[in-house]
Amino acid sequence: MLLIDCPFCGKRPELEFRYAGEAHIARPADPSGLGDEAWGRFLYGRGNPRGMHAERWRHLNGCGRFFNALRDTTDDRFAATYKIGEERPMVAEPQGARKA
Amino acid sequence: MPDLSQARRSVLEGLGSSDGAHGALSLLPPISRLIFRGRISTIGRVAAAFGVEPAMEPCRAAVSGERAALWLGPDEWLLLAREGEAPAIIGRLADALAPLSYSLVDVSHRQVGLKVTGEDAQAILNAGCPLDLDRHAFPIGMCTRTLLQKTEIVLWRVAEAAFQLEVARSFAPYALRFLQQAERDL
Amino acid sequence: MSAPFRLGAGGRIDRSRKLRFWLDRKAYEGVAGDTLASALLANGVHLVGRSFKYHRPRGIMAAGSDEPNALVSVGSGSRFTPNLRATQVELTDGLVAQSQNRWPSLGRDFGALNDVFSPLFPAGFYYKTFMWPKSAWKRIYEPKIRAMAGLGRAPTLPDSDTYTQRYAHCDALIVGAGPAGIAAALAAEAHGARVILCDEQAELGGSLLAETKATIDGKEASAWLSDALSRLSHSPNVRWLSRTTAFGCFPHNMVGLAERLTDHLPSPSEGRPRERLWQVRAKEVVLATGALERPLVFPDNDRPGIMLADAARQYLARYAVKPGTRVVVVTAHDQAYRAATELAEAGVEIAAILDIRQDASGSWAEQARGAGLHILSSTTICATSGRHRVSSVEIAPVGRDGKVGPRSRLACDLVLMCGGFTPAIHLFSQARGKLRFEERLNAFLPDGGAEGVRCAGASRGIFGLDAAIADGVAAGEAAARDAVGGGVEAAHSPVPLPKDLDGRRLDPLPHDRSPHRVKAFVDFQNDVTAKDVKLAVREGFRSIEHIKRYTTTGMATDQGKTSNMNALGIAASALDKPLPDVGLTTFRMPYTPVTFGTFAGVARGELFDPVRVTPTHDWASAHGAVFEDVGQWKRARYFPLKDEDMHRAVARECQAVRQSVGVFDASTLGKIEIVGPDAAEFMNRIYVNPWSRLEPGRCRYGVMLREDGSILDDGVVGRLAADRFHVTTTTGGAAQVLNHMEDFLQTEWSGLDCWLTSTTEQWAVIAVQGPDSRKILERLVDDIDLSAAAMPHMSVREGHVCGVPARVFRVSFTGELGFEINVPADHGRAVWQAVLDAGFSRSLTPYGTEAMHVMRAEKGYIIVGQDTDGTVTADDVGLSWAIGKTKKDFVGKRSLARPALSDPGRKQLVGLVTEDPELVLEEGAQIIAEEPTASHRSAPHKMIGHVTSSYFSATLGRGIALAMVAGGRRRMGETLYVPMPEGSIKAVVTNPVFLDPEGKRLDA
Repeated sequence: MLLIDCPFCGKRPELEFRYAGEAHIARPADPSGLGDEAWGRFLYGRGNPRGMHAERWRHLNGCGRFFNALRDTTDDRFAATYKIGEERPMVAEPQGARKA
Repeated sequence: MPDLSQARRSVLEGLGSSDGAHGALSLLPPISRLIFRGRISTIGRVAAAFGVEPAMEPCRAAVSGERAALWLGPDEWLLLAREGEAPAIIGRLADALAPLSYSLVDVSHRQVGLKVTGEDAQAILNAGCPLDLDRHAFPIGMCTRTLLQKTEIVLWRVAEAAFQLEVARSFAPYALRFLQQAERDL
Repeated sequence: MSAPFRLGAGGRIDRSRKLRFWLDRKAYEGVAGDTLASALLANGVHLVGRSFKYHRPRGIMAAGSDEPNALVSVGSGSRFTPNLRATQVELTDGLVAQSQNRWPSLGRDFGALNDVFSPLFPAGFYYKTFMWPKSAWKRIYEPKIRAMAGLGRAPTLPDSDTYTQRYAHCDALIVGAGPAGIAAALAAEAHGARVILCDEQAELGGSLLAETKATIDGKEASAWLSDALSRLSHSPNVRWLSRTTAFGCFPHNMVGLAERLTDHLPSPSEGRPRERLWQVRAKEVVLATGALERPLVFPDNDRPGIMLADAARQYLARYAVKPGTRVVVVTAHDQAYRAATELAEAGVEIAAILDIRQDASGSWAEQARGAGLHILSSTTICATSGRHRVSSVEIAPVGRDGKVGPRSRLACDLVLMCGGFTPAIHLFSQARGKLRFEERLNAFLPDGGAEGVRCAGASRGIFGLDAAIADGVAAGEAAARDAVGGGVEAAHSPVPLPKDLDGRRLDPLPHDRSPHRVKAFVDFQNDVTAKDVKLAVREGFRSIEHIKRYTTTGMATDQGKTSNMNALGIAASALDKPLPDVGLTTFRMPYTPVTFGTFAGVARGELFDPVRVTPTHDWASAHGAVFEDVGQWKRARYFPLKDEDMHRAVARECQAVRQSVGVFDASTLGKIEIVGPDAAEFMNRIYVNPWSRLEPGRCRYGVMLREDGSILDDGVVGRLAADRFHVTTTTGGAAQVLNHMEDFLQTEWSGLDCWLTSTTEQWAVIAVQGPDSRKILERLVDDIDLSAAAMPHMSVREGHVCGVPARVFRVSFTGELGFEINVPADHGRAVWQAVLDAGFSRSLTPYGTEAMHVMRAEKGYIIVGQDTDGTVTADDVGLSWAIGKTKKDFVGKRSLARPALSDPGRKQLVGLVTEDPELVLEEGAQIIAEEPTASHRSAPHKMIGHVTSSYFSATLGRGIALAMVAGGRRRMGETLYVPMPEGSIKAVVTNPVFLDPEGKRLDA
């Protein structure tokens, strides 16, 4: 069970959280102005990186807040968690050994 | 037409507080509960009207007399007061907060209060609550939504060896039975 | 009865407490402190089981949780547990154990014929042999194989024990309470850390429990141990758990512990849980899990009486048991000399010590030599004999060229073997630690990489008592400092390998026999031999993971504790690769088997899952309601009178609502209060409907979509004030709707001034529906004008019902005039009764969800999740009228413009009526366009849709159904076919609104 650092409540067990998909995919300001392909990309285009992944979590059974996290998908280590609206922090990419 | 304004029935009626193994569990009587949601800039006026200054620090409860304000989220507080006071509090806050935006909703019947006390309180709760309840990690005055096995609760440490739980009404029988079992299994 | 192989003195047992026990109906006597294995050995019993595949007689091989052979079933009835390791079963008075995998008895077992025919059972035998006929696999082969090859029987009765669970946190979790673990616990405690120390054995101490001579800090080992435990037990910061196996290491230092609470008690008191699952979150973990002794691979190395050397020493030192009278020791490691020396001192005859190495020089070998023990170096075992117990071995010298010389025979009743030690790195590897191969030990050692997890003592290849304690102290201090801070960066650095405990061997011992005919076992529990591993390589398997699966080596319940390294060594030789290049199979949890009960905990019976009931549940229950599960809710489905079945009860309930009035508990509906000046704007964006012009006091049926255009949920929304909406959702959708709304409010539209509060449980909802509903409400309400003029259909008023503050909605899910009374939940039961009392003279009828379903289907009202799935749009179900056409945007709007979502051939909601009015279609049934003829009944047909809802409508006197049919709205009047096993059913496409399409009844 992961230990996730909620930006409001601190480190809490994964049980209290719900995963909420990839982060930093903003809803287009004017969807009607988008072509079908661009809209399709917004709806369905998601990264699936091996390594650092920016993703959303919600501290559902806690403060209820959605927030963003950087998690290394190869070993589940969180490099950072940060509030909605904050810039994606710069963190060291996982070392080569873990990418192998 | 009958007058049913006093005809209340708790969802835990008949379930008993504890089967007496250690006597650590008790049911709390009805109280007024309100969910206040709004921007932090409104909190000063809430404090003045409600008589308790809601904490800005996450997961902290503020208490004054029989009233309390529990931080549940950065824009959400659970206000507790004596039974029957909710309408007056709603009126008082409306006067004090106008014309600011906020939300205040009476949820007095939405949830049920339970109390776990005694030296085994932590162990009983940790049968289903995944948080570290050591007094350094979860000091007196700390409150948070969390889980008790398969149900959400609001957990509030009111004293060194006393925790208050708020459980959604329909989950309360489950929570109570779970705690009773945990007490037997110590 | 007395135990002839028990020494008169020594051991950590209590000879004054005699315990009687049974194995296979034969009574024996042991003493307090025994395990089942030590008590059997004290009675001279070695044969305790039959092997998995060949049914070969097997004995006790190890002394701990690594035992592969001695699996027994213990207990009976509802307290029957199969496949327990006799080495871990604590003896209790009256214990009843049974051997496994034998028939009719251990001594005479018919399955042993498998051994005679074993050339027929090579690795991969099943895959090669039972290929055809295909149908025979399920009927014949699999049941027979399962009956023959197997372990204990599964219990047949529900487990009468209870189980419990606990979460715990600590600064330092120390796994293993041997010398390193105890030293680590002492050091961490001294540093002020919160410590949990656990050990799988009944007594803490690990190898210290078998140290009879060593001294630590000038004290006898046993005295040092009891002092240490006393200090730990007096510390408020230490919790120590015996009989507790750390079975798995999970991400972020979560460790699973299984604590056995009552199995060691002769009669567990009722109600006391048998086991406890601990989920420990540790800031730092110290793994002091020791090392496992490796067997040697030589022909017929599996007879009862062939044991691991250090296991035999432990039986002697700890349980005062002589495991044999005349011993041959065969070894590739110095530790066996210690076993031989201590056994000799206890009066056991050592026939010879065979060392496969050319010379052994360590201090233990010197001691053995000094004691005059007969040591033969460069000597191997070519054969063993003895049916139910080893009786002799044939040994032979091995020349420098590797050639095996002439054999000679040695009589013996015990053979001890030692091929070296494998550090127990299971948990470290589960914690994703890196491993490196240490040539000198022929073992993998931890090599960093697991954050917050460190190993100490033998588990990282540090052998010898003093070295292990020093390493434990360093690890404990380092863990405590990392967890609670303070002090300098602790160095927990490698310690040089000891000189006294040298030796290793993974390859099979050389012998002079045909390699195709001998069985030299590698995996004892799964009956895998060296030959099998080599065969797998010859047949082309290269990856150790594939070799493992093909041969099943390491896949038994012991997960290859004693066998994995030997199998790996043999595979590496056969592949002609260095061992580290072959790799290691994955260590999976659990370290030793954990009962299902431990994982289930209290989640059985009424605590299996929360059962949510509404405020009128007790009333409904007392009035004979039949309930159905809707998520975790119990909802009254119908209220049968006397001998009514569901069909008749539902018909009566529907008739009452259509003709007079019915009452229904709708409390489970999800409710959300949306408050703030931007509430209407938020609603405009979240729902397809327009909300800005909805006046306070009015309601609207709202539909919301996911961003992909599919229907997420629906429900009636009442506007209580300009800045306050009372939203209802479906019963099952409440939580996800709230989540969906919060998501948009918190992330996309955080500038909107409005907030959400769940009020599902605040309100009890009592629906009063039917032409007479207003007359009933008028008797209960005095501050709301309920007249049609003052309170039209789709309106909401706040007032009082019987003096209770209430929100009264005029809404209908039945198509009749109707109201929904919302009162605070604790008042629900009393108001329900008041409604019943007020309706008594009008035969007010309580109705359940089934009648509700029938009536809404008659009206063509959909149920999200039943008539829709994740692909259905608002237009597909005829709800495009709800969409605010002038709104520029709402969630899902852009998707509706995608070509696929406006294709006229999409499935659309229609009604279906069967030609035969008595027929009720099956929900989920598929629909085709052409009538299937007899000749192509089984030919593929194009499915053009499916039935989503289907009921018998008493009001209409016929079966009615809702269905999603491709291009359905253009097919009105068409006849379609619903193929069923009994033949296809004709049905005609109709408007989905079967009753009162003009909606006149709403204002009746």
